[in-house]
Amino acid sequence: MSEPIKFHFDVDGDNFSSAGEASVQVKRMLRQIGIPADVIRRVSVAMYEGEINMVIHADGGNADVVVEPGKIVIILADRGPGIADIELAMTEGYSTAPENVRSLGFGAGMGLPNMKRYTDDMKIESVVGQGTTVTMTVLF
Amino acid sequence: MSNFKHSVFLLEDKCKGCTNCVKRCPTEAIRIQNGHSVIDEERCIDCGECIRLCPYKAKKALYDKLDKYKDYKYKIALPAPALYGQFDHLEDVDYVISGLYECGFDYVFEVAKAAEIVSEYTRNYLKRPDIEKPVISSACPVIARLISKRFPYLCDNLLPMIPPIELAAKLAKKEAMEKHPELKEEDICALFISPCPAKVSYVRNPIGVEKSSVDGVLSISEIYFLLVNSMKNIVNPEHSAQTGLVGVSWASSGGEAKALFNDRYLSADGIENCIKVLDEVENGNFSSLEFIELNACNGGCVGGALTVENPYIAKARLQTLRRYLPVTQNHVPKNDDPTFVPTEHMWEKELEYSPVMQLDADMGEAMKKMADIQAIYEMFPHLDCGACGAPTCRAFAEDIVKHNGNANDCIFIMREKIRELYKEKENDSKSVD
Ligand SMILES: Nc1ncnc2c1ncn2[C@@H]1O[C@H](COP(=O)(O)OP(=O)(O)OP(=O)(O)O)[C@@H](O)[C@H]1O
Ligand code: SF4
Ligand code: SF4
Ligand SMILES: [Mg+2]
Repeated sequence: MSEPIKFHFDVDGDNFSSAGEASVQVKRMLRQIGIPADVIRRVSVAMYEGEINMVIHADGGNADVVVEPGKIVIILADRGPGIADIELAMTEGYSTAPENVRSLGFGAGMGLPNMKRYTDDMKIESVVGQGTTVTMTVLF
Repeated sequence: MSNFKHSVFLLEDKCKGCTNCVKRCPTEAIRIQNGHSVIDEERCIDCGECIRLCPYKAKKALYDKLDKYKDYKYKIALPAPALYGQFDHLEDVDYVISGLYECGFDYVFEVAKAAEIVSEYTRNYLKRPDIEKPVISSACPVIARLISKRFPYLCDNLLPMIPPIELAAKLAKKEAMEKHPELKEEDICALFISPCPAKVSYVRNPIGVEKSSVDGVLSISEIYFLLVNSMKNIVNPEHSAQTGLVGVSWASSGGEAKALFNDRYLSADGIENCIKVLDEVENGNFSSLEFIELNACNGGCVGGALTVENPYIAKARLQTLRRYLPVTQNHVPKNDDPTFVPTEHMWEKELEYSPVMQLDADMGEAMKKMADIQAIYEMFPHLDCGACGAPTCRAFAEDIVKHNGNANDCIFIMREKIRELYKEKENDSKSVD
């Protein structure tokens, strides 16, 4: 059918107040394509969590979304500190979020587990000191 | 949708094509074409934002004139609670009610009264175990409309209960018929005194019911001047208000939510804030909340585009007014079921999701269009200057793909083209030398 469509966003790590905006834009464009509402929700929740993580834990990064018939892939890549123990990071409730963002409701340690829950596939590649790349796939 | 009757419209000869409204319309419904603004009927949600911010007063709201109803035998006034906040030094709502009788209405039924009943049933509704939470208020028609167009996933969260304006009209007509058995249905008209254009369009295109029981919508700004005059002569108001502080509080943001006596709520006002909240809710945030109250206008209904007073002054006045009022003056009959809501208070029909933002009904086609939009968007300077008549470069790229625009209207692309022409000319003349 159609060629895949790619969206690219720079996620600004210095501007906490705009964290989450890329996922709002993706949501808008997915609606225009007519992707089913529940799929949009899964994509935007997963992307939102990943985007927030890049801002809070990795000083920002890049977000790429590729839309194909039946499949949406989200790639979030940062050059932050990396994750030493991925399994531990994936544990519900584990968080190293700083105090100042906890008052806003972040830091429950639920982001990564939710990203996994809402997507059909999630892969984390991380090198300490170099950065993290999270690739998520949502099928529909 | 094509027979949707809007309230907000443009006075073409006043419009200067300045793009102020284009940039701020929350649904990107406005474009400049042939030097003046044009509203896309499918997208407009009658929020009144463009009326408020047009520096040339070129955007207006259509509403009904009282004159139109002079031949009815029995005229009912349904004042919005926001009306009470418009008057300086008002000691008691009774003056407003009596003033309305003076103006020639046969009966006055406060919408605030119906609001107290809606509040009580909403408390019951929230106790139901099988509903989508957080429940989002459906009282502001702008928000309900916005959700139906932009937030498909949240349609099920809307409170499926008829709003105070509708309930007030129903109850008032019923009471009138009981009191005056000689009246026929067509002798009676129920006229809402509205703070905003959105209620005008609600009555013409109702949400949740087939046909609204409200027969006409007058504007607060017009009735205000009649009322100020008639209220002058009132020393001891004869008629008395029948609402408590719950009903009166519905006029400003937070009032509806506070009336639920449950602190797990959020209330936001101003259309841009409301959109932000809806985006968050759609992302699954706020899942611990029970109720979300959203008002498209700043400050709530007191900030409606058809009011006369500054919303924050009106709000302060309402606070004084309600100080000595009982919590509520309207109660619903007792029922053994704590979740009970009578069927006639619930929506008759569901809100239809109308995906106006969708590029094509066929997903493959929509994807192609999206790819074209991306490609065209890349050609533009991403400055969102508005000179093309669209709010953003992206919106303009969408217009072009929908055959509603021409890339040459982008002044940057035009400049490039002129430069190229210039170069060609220069080269031509050189080759002649
Ligand atoms: N992109 C990243 N770079 C470096 N560390 C990360 C990154 N993403 C997650 N982490 C680490 O994994 C932990 C768990 O992440 P998760 O998103 O599950 O929780 P959180 O962000 O701390 O809290 P919440 O998402 O509930 O607000 C984080 O606290 C952080 O230590
Ligand atoms: S704000 Fe809109 S309606 Fe008013 S003059 Fe400018 S373009 Fe025209
Ligand atoms: S009333 Fe609101 S939605 Fe309609 S054109 Fe004006 S700003 Fe846009
Ligand atoms: Mg997180």
